[in-house]
Amino acid sequence: MTKLLEIRDLHKRYGATEVLKGVDCDMAKGDVVCVIGSSGSGKTTMLRCINMLEEFQGGTIRINDEEIGYETVGGMRRRKREREIARQRLLTGMAFQQFNLFPHLTALDNVTLGLIKVKKLSRAEARTIAERWLERVGLLARKDHYPGQLSGGQQQRVAIARAIAMNPLLMLFDEVTSALDPELVNEVLQVIKDLARDGMSMLIVTHEMRFAYEVANRVIFMNQGRIGEEGDPREMFVTPKTERLAEFLKTSTFR
Amino acid sequence: MGYTLNFDAVWRSFDRLLAGLGLSLMLAIVAIAIGCVIGLVVAFALRSPSGLLRRPAGLYVTVIRNTPILVLVLFTYFALPQLGVRLDKINSFIATLAIYSGAYLAEVFRAGLIAVPPGLREAGLAIGLTEMQIRTSITLPVMLRNVLPALSSTFISLFKDTSLAAAIAVPELTFEARKINVETFRVVETWIVASCLYVATCTVLAALMRRIERRLAILR
Ligand SMILES: Nc1ncnc2c1ncn2[C@@H]1O[C@H](COP(=O)(O)OP(=O)(O)O)[C@@H](O)[C@H]1O
Ligand SMILES: [Mg+2]
Repeated sequence: MTKLLEIRDLHKRYGATEVLKGVDCDMAKGDVVCVIGSSGSGKTTMLRCINMLEEFQGGTIRINDEEIGYETVGGMRRRKREREIARQRLLTGMAFQQFNLFPHLTALDNVTLGLIKVKKLSRAEARTIAERWLERVGLLARKDHYPGQLSGGQQQRVAIARAIAMNPLLMLFDEVTSALDPELVNEVLQVIKDLARDGMSMLIVTHEMRFAYEVANRVIFMNQGRIGEEGDPREMFVTPKTERLAEFLKTSTFR
Repeated sequence: MGYTLNFDAVWRSFDRLLAGLGLSLMLAIVAIAIGCVIGLVVAFALRSPSGLLRRPAGLYVTVIRNTPILVLVLFTYFALPQLGVRLDKINSFIATLAIYSGAYLAEVFRAGLIAVPPGLREAGLAIGLTEMQIRTSITLPVMLRNVLPALSSTFISLFKDTSLAAAIAVPELTFEARKINVETFRVVETWIVASCLYVATCTVLAALMRRIERRLAILR
């Protein structure tokens, strides 16, 4: 069986500072992997390399055995063409900490934009798909609202619908509840749990430990640009093998 | 003061003032429309990572914004023919105002582009849009909504700059007013009426822009 995601020896530098120092990660279809770790450990950067929002200088990322972002021609590693990278970005969907909804478009149009411009669907087809996903995240009634008229939790759910409507193989979530008021966190986590139940493959950066414990079949602990520890959350959270993870868990809240 | 107002002579020539105003508007609309295209391209160039685009765009904006528009008008009309570029009065002025407005609009648009959150581009990339699709479907519409208030005052000030066409005898509003002034000697009346026409037009323009602003406002 081919792996859904295969990251090998991923290295990423910003100028002289190396922020990813050789990361490996595998995911099979249907896996739900949560990435935890203190701020600055490289969680966001890893996610952003997977969909080429960041360039990386070493290692490979493969999705369904297809090499992402770079190709080797005559022994020289070089960035793929922009069109090719744009196509590869469709293999993944991403939800951001700051939602990043398009403020001039309604919830519905936020979801249909990619379906129409990228997937070249007709307006009617795009609308059908968008409405189905807005219904799934509980916002069909708000489809004609602009982002500014929605609460943070609602905006994040629209953003998730926008990403998933493109039918990605793998969903990337980057601290999607960190910018939310506490009372809005659960409605977003619930949407993600529903997706997990449907078998969606997801790589989720989160600070919500209880959520990670409940939803993940594997947890990755990032520490200073490396994977510090990984495994089943039921074992990791109870008996951490490394001092670092024990420290980190002590300072985290399980709410 | 010893000056009694008498508008009779001005009213008799009022249709000429209106025709002048019509030409002023035409000059402004054509020049600003071209200026908007120049301004957009230059604004994106100013934000480009490539110095090959950024530097010439920056030079253009600096040179134009630091040259008085009257000098540009006279240069285009009197100096360019010496260099082999011959334009009639009206086209010469339109070209000047277009290039002039392009530099000012580029600055307005550039400020608007800075105010577009970079996360929108990344969200666009993440759903597979190309850079060009992001520019046209996201960056541009969001930026335009950001700049509408600033755009309104820039348009008005550019419209008023059409009065400088009088310097090369383009028969727009100011030129017609000066002719009527000379013919009738009703100095005060002529310039009062001409000023009122400018004020009225600018007021209508501002109201129009406010309506567009309200229509397109991003709901928050
Ligand atoms: N654009 C950037 N330029 C320079 N350094 C950056 C940039 N983005 C992130 N970093 C650095 O990379 C490291 C990892 O960041 P990040 O992946 O955002 O961490 P996390 O998501 O785990 O909090 C941090 O030390 C951060 O300061
Ligand atoms: Mg982060």
